[in-house]
Amino acid sequence: MQEALEALGLAGRLIVSMDGDVLEIVALSLQVSLTAVAVSCLIGLPLGALLAMTRFRGRNVLIVLNNALMGLPPVVVGLAIYLAISRAGPFGVFGLLYTPTAMIIAQTVLVLPIVTALARQTIEDLNAEYDDYLRSLGLGIGGRLRTLLWDGRTGLITAAIAGMGRAIAEVGAVIIVGGNIDHVTRVMTTAIALETSKGELALAMALGIILMAISLALNAATHALRGDAMRRMYA
Amino acid sequence: MIQRTLLAAILLCVLALPGLTADRFIILQSTTSTANSGLLDEILPKFTAASGITVRVVAVGTGQALKNARNGDGDVLLVHATTAEQAFVADGSGVARHDVMFNDFVVVGPADDPAAIAGSADVLDALRRIAAATAPFASRGDDSGTHKKELSLWASAGIDPVAHSGAWYRETGSGMGATLNTAVGMAAYALTDRATWIAFANKADFKIVSQGDKRLFNQYGVILVNPARHPHIKADDGQAFIDWLLSAPGQAAIAAFRKNGQQLFFPNAGRP
Repeated sequence: MQEALEALGLAGRLIVSMDGDVLEIVALSLQVSLTAVAVSCLIGLPLGALLAMTRFRGRNVLIVLNNALMGLPPVVVGLAIYLAISRAGPFGVFGLLYTPTAMIIAQTVLVLPIVTALARQTIEDLNAEYDDYLRSLGLGIGGRLRTLLWDGRTGLITAAIAGMGRAIAEVGAVIIVGGNIDHVTRVMTTAIALETSKGELALAMALGIILMAISLALNAATHALRGDAMRRMYA
Repeated sequence: MIQRTLLAAILLCVLALPGLTADRFIILQSTTSTANSGLLDEILPKFTAASGITVRVVAVGTGQALKNARNGDGDVLLVHATTAEQAFVADGSGVARHDVMFNDFVVVGPADDPAAIAGSADVLDALRRIAAATAPFASRGDDSGTHKKELSLWASAGIDPVAHSGAWYRETGSGMGATLNTAVGMAAYALTDRATWIAFANKADFKIVSQGDKRLFNQYGVILVNPARHPHIKADDGQAFIDWLLSAPGQAAIAAFRKNGQQLFFPNAGRP
């Protein structure tokens, strides 16, 4: 209890004082995770929509595979990416290990299946409703895909939020490929792991509280955006 | 529209990433004790001020540090497992090994001391009493320098603790700090380097129960990863760091580092 109160007080002080190191860590966390989510959306939204709109042999296998990949353990992804981009690995020449880019790659691998699966779900429902109508307008697959993605945007935002939740909260992948290097690859979760291992439990918890506050703010912002979009849609 | 916004967002994020190629840096594969105790935070800025080279520290267990360095994922190695370090140089992964500094290991345990070893200067006797009392003991279990040392002590004491793994002998498979947190949580004895122990903030009622045995000596060594094997290794800048560490100013910086008023590392470069 004592520790929890201390953590709350410390979190408050860290936020109010705008501690330089904490700000840097928060900024890098957002940069890495938002980029990973954006890349995942660019690939995953059209991919999920295509999966929803088309019928082909092996489609069900792909869908099951996609769903299973949502449960990828971050530490396994971290290890796999490490082996790939280590100097001894096949992509070692690019020197990506221990850079934010490596962290973005790892988180994209984690987030992409989530965005794809949730996009497929959303677009599948819409497609069932509008497919005949859109075809009757003479739209090709590209036109239908764009229309459905735009119409499903409120549901797709949820997919992005779920992906962001996964990215900002994971520690297993980024600590391996990032190395938790101070001022270079240290993010919220790896900093929390570090402070815990130093026995600085109150400071670790304070950082955790800040992480949750950021998560809350992000979600509140997207919720407000979505409410706004909904109102305009039905106005 | 969504896609254009996303594209803009990505561009912003990527452009805003820290200029990674701009500054001159080396990667140091190091052990958790040197990083978590605060030593590196204290001495690295002094090296950077003198040389203009930044040192990026990856702090992992000695086993993982050796493995990463063997893969070429680091320019310099600063660890504490002399036998493994000599093997690293002997197989051509490293150029040469130098003594840098030492401290010692201690056995810590709960205040009520169920195995009654408090004050024991003979660490083997202390370990035998822990085994006889089947008192819980938290082991790193992660092939780190501390873990290697602990296993060699058990072997010298004539005990095979791994046979009791899951009973009184508990392998956490984690770093030093995480293992100490676990030990405190289940009132278990543990072997730790003194630096991490003094800097550790979650001691609860734990104290040092065995120290001073010469078997508990803990030597740190530094090695340049072999550029002949990994051409991208920054041999000049890495060697500059090693030279500084072994020089009078580097050794003085190590000696000057204090935590809670205590000296944690004792420089001994160039001494046999």
